Amino acid sequence: MSKVWFSEDHEWIRVDGDIGAVGISNFAQEQLGDVVFVEVPEVGKTFGKGDEAAVVESVKAASEIYSPVSGEIVEVNETLADEPTRINDDAEGAGWFFKIKLADATELDDLMDADAYKTFAKDHG
Amino acid sequence: MSTEPQSPLKTTPLDALHRSLGAKMVPFAGYSMPVQFAAGVLTEHKHTRAAAGLFDVSHMGQVALRGDGVAAALEALVPGELQALREGRMRYTLLLNERAGILDDLMVTNRGDFFYVVVNAACKDADIAHLRACLPPSVTVEPWEDRALLALQGPQAVAALQRHTDFDLSALRFMASAEMALGGTSCLVSRSGYTGEDGVEISVAATAAQALAETLLAEPEVEPIGLGARDSLRLEAGLCLYGHDIDETTTPVEASLTWAIGKRRRAEGGFPGDAVVMRQLSEGTARRRVGIRPDGRAPAREGTVLTDPDGNAIGAITSGGFGPTAGGPVAMGYVQTEHATTGARINAIVRGKPLPAQVVDMPFVAQNYYRG
Repeated sequence: MSKVWFSEDHEWIRVDGDIGAVGISNFAQEQLGDVVFVEVPEVGKTFGKGDEAAVVESVKAASEIYSPVSGEIVEVNETLADEPTRINDDAEGAGWFFKIKLADATELDDLMDADAYKTFAKDHG
Repeated sequence: MSTEPQSPLKTTPLDALHRSLGAKMVPFAGYSMPVQFAAGVLTEHKHTRAAAGLFDVSHMGQVALRGDGVAAALEALVPGELQALREGRMRYTLLLNERAGILDDLMVTNRGDFFYVVVNAACKDADIAHLRACLPPSVTVEPWEDRALLALQGPQAVAALQRHTDFDLSALRFMASAEMALGGTSCLVSRSGYTGEDGVEISVAATAAQALAETLLAEPEVEPIGLGARDSLRLEAGLCLYGHDIDETTTPVEASLTWAIGKRRRAEGGFPGDAVVMRQLSEGTARRRVGIRPDGRAPAREGTVLTDPDGNAIGAITSGGFGPTAGGPVAMGYVQTEHATTGARINAIVRGKPLPAQVVDMPFVAQNYYRG
């Protein structure tokens, strides 16, 4: 059974075993507007928690995507290159950016669960 | 926390309508303006190119210049040919300073008994002061504070408008202007706009603006469009945005706007910075505004440094983003003149990495003007 956490930077991570899929929240997608470009990291790269791991550009601006945990990239969503609007259509599902192998699962304790994030997004909208 | 009182944003006569249509409002040039409606920037952009979009551009400055010799008097401030501008015709021109820097770009229409001028929102107070200071006492400068300005743009714009006027719009060619009744209200309508599409701009009394906008929005072709799509549309059309692509530090020659300098004016001068312009026309400039197409899909935005293939800085992007109709990133900017040739290979430095790009001709999307 996977579980999803959210960061204060509006990323989500859905963890299954020691692999987490990372994307941006539906709230973030709505704030960005139409996504026109996505840059995902290379498989094999390692990131620390909070490192800039990907870029998403909407019609309005470019935004950095920070890795919510430390670890190594094991898979990236190649379909986003040709279909960046997947992020608008399904931010918390088919619009995932990359999968990361968690270096330290206790880092998840610093993140919010779905209910806490909902409150957070409402207060920071 | 700042204790400075923030000056309240001004609103246009369509403010309530925008809000009722679900617009996302943002501050722009001192006004609260719709950046997008529910459809979003991409959809609004494509709708304008395919059908018709209604834009509120009431924040722009509308000014009437009246008096004997107004054309000759205004020519002393701009490089455009205005004395040969016939009644009912309009022209794009530039207010220049003594160094030939661009104070603003503007549209000038000969309305017969007066000249009608439309200037940028952010510049209008300064422009009006400049006009008052520089024009002779025989010319009065009359800002139209109680008028709204709507732009109806797109290949189906005129068909939608025709249902609301007896005026035969097939007689109104690109860059022509006429007074006509729209839904019973007298309006000043010009066949112009800033999207590269056919369409009109409508000056209407503020009190009648919302009713007219609602009438036009009730047409099946017409959707409301925000400033976000206005920006991507004008960028694809290769049109300059004042304060970004042109400003007081750029001259008309550097900005590749020499087409806006009248032939007689080039020979005679008689406008601010004329010596600079004449010298640049004969000797060239060190830099020029060009169109830029990044390879791939990553947009290169305003401020992006441009280099030659060896990594030497050669200029910067002044407007850039994703062109929904072009189907990829588009940009314009200034490069050293030796690189300002169609097909020149350059790099845009995006997030520290060189992104290959090419100098291209503009517009990025074919113009669709009605020339009769």
